[in-house]
Amino acid sequence: MKYGLVSTAALVAVLSTTAVSAETLRLLTWGGYAPDDVIALFEAETGHTVEVTTSNNEEMIAKLRATNGGGFDLAQPSQDRITSAQEEFGIYKPIDMSRVDAAQFIPSMLTATATNSTFDGGVYGLPHIWGTSGLVVNTAEAGQVADYTDLCDASVAGKVSYRLKRPTLIGFAYAMGLDPFAAYSDQEAYQEILGQVEEALISCKPNVKTYWDGGDEIKNLLRSGEVVASMAWDTGGWQLNADNADITFVAPASGALGWIDTFVLPSRGRADDAAYDWINFVMRPDIAAMITNTAGNFTAAVGGDAGVRADLKARYQASFDQAAIDNIKWYPPVPAGLETIEGATLDRINAAN
Amino acid sequence: MVSDRSKLGFYLLLSPLLLWLVTLIILPHIGLFFVSISEKIGVREYETGLGNYAVFFNEPLYWRTFARTAFMSISTTVLTLVLGFPIAYYIAKLTRGRTKTTLFLMCLIPFWVSELVRTFGWMILLRETGVLSNVLQYTGLISGPVEFLYNDAAIMVGLVYTSILFMIVPLVTTLDSLDDSLIEAGYDLGGSGISILREIVIPHAMPGIVSGCIVVFMLSLGNYLTPILLGGKDSLWFTGLIYTQFITRFNWELGSAFGFLLLGLSSAVVFLGLKLSRQSLSNTMGR
Repeated sequence: MKYGLVSTAALVAVLSTTAVSAETLRLLTWGGYAPDDVIALFEAETGHTVEVTTSNNEEMIAKLRATNGGGFDLAQPSQDRITSAQEEFGIYKPIDMSRVDAAQFIPSMLTATATNSTFDGGVYGLPHIWGTSGLVVNTAEAGQVADYTDLCDASVAGKVSYRLKRPTLIGFAYAMGLDPFAAYSDQEAYQEILGQVEEALISCKPNVKTYWDGGDEIKNLLRSGEVVASMAWDTGGWQLNADNADITFVAPASGALGWIDTFVLPSRGRADDAAYDWINFVMRPDIAAMITNTAGNFTAAVGGDAGVRADLKARYQASFDQAAIDNIKWYPPVPAGLETIEGATLDRINAAN
Repeated sequence: MVSDRSKLGFYLLLSPLLLWLVTLIILPHIGLFFVSISEKIGVREYETGLGNYAVFFNEPLYWRTFARTAFMSISTTVLTLVLGFPIAYYIAKLTRGRTKTTLFLMCLIPFWVSELVRTFGWMILLRETGVLSNVLQYTGLISGPVEFLYNDAAIMVGLVYTSILFMIVPLVTTLDSLDDSLIEAGYDLGGSGISILREIVIPHAMPGIVSGCIVVFMLSLGNYLTPILLGGKDSLWFTGLIYTQFITRFNWELGSAFGFLLLGLSSAVVFLGLKLSRQSLSNTMGR
């Protein structure tokens, strides 16, 4: 009787936990970060269902701002965009570290992301996927392009493309020998740097074919040969390298710009259990390798690079030697209000003839 | 009792329209208006003022972009009218029965796919490694590849293509209602083709012309996809500015102010157009 009661209680407990834990995870992420096979494994293992919405940094913040942090249960903005968005709009809630299997994360990345995403004493971000932006070059036709400013050289006139967004401003500033990250906290000094970059980018405009907007657009331009040198993400370059050995990612002389995409919990998310389950699931080394194989970028999971395809590793090593890795400029948190100054600069570049 | 019943019926019939207007048009606009008059002075600190509207007039970049957008939209409208009028006249007056339906359908068919697909179609045609460039090279008219995309002409082509149907439909309707005997009478009285067009056809078609122009102008002014995709690096368009303020700059206050300025200024342009063509809104839209 006693055992019967215990086993019944246990059965009830098990049943009720499965009933409670079967949730729908509404995931706001980047393309390739939640591959179908990973979702299928996760759904089979936990019973949760996953709904994926793909987006980018700005749209993630804009979407969550429009709903005051509702509509999604887990989002993946870059680590430098968390604190300012939290300060301005209060759209996230702190991570409960006791529910995360911290041993699965590479310690240095976990601490760096935690430091950069701490606001009012709470940690808001966990690292997931990291990568860089730099140059994607057709080496057969534009082998001389080694830094961002080389994109403005007459030899590649009309065959250049980059985005009209903040990474371009920062990349050009570094290539011009300036240090924009050091000036983040000093708006006047930053404005001064932006002024110089604005001049350079306006005089560079005739060289540009078009400002690209989405990853597929720039890949298309490079593949067709209409563009031979561009500023783009490392994975784009490696994917093109698989089709055309001449095109690859080149770490610029002044340093590639490093980003880490994170996990954050929207403040009005409803399925926290599923969100923590997803985080702990995708950080497993075997799952992390599956994601790297689709997204092309490496993860912050311990041992996550072991199961990665050999050709992807080879491309990564060809683009980054140790010096290039040490030279990566990691984005520090963007102070609130900086985007407004940058926005005015970008508008003026866009309007210039 | 009966009158109460009919009143109830009236309100029931009216309610979908009211619901639509109030919840989807009026309430969001009131909300946006309050956002547009709040100036940001610090983190989560706002005060009421017209500063966002002042930004538009103080920064030449913004009103120049608006002027450019309005000018190009007006050019699009004129071009659409010039291209659409002969087509509409042909469909309405020179064809009968099956041919008429077929021609009308042919104008409609491109609009069965979304605007995005149509714009990408133009990109495939016009790009440097695209169809047009290759055909010209093949026929020997040009020696190397030429880029037709990413300039104002490409934007105009795209805009005219996306909006020409909205010019043809009202024109066909008004031209249909023109009695053929009036044109015959014109010829009997010794009028030439041009004078009949000027004295009989255009005055009769005026309400159709004006309503078509208003729709095409508003569609072009408020278009976002076509100018951004086909214009590339030179695609300065006012709706693009509003989008960047909302999405990439997180500056909803300025974006809302721009939205209201677009609404006000475009209404002003339409009002001016009506005054110049001596038409009234009820006359053109009420038919």
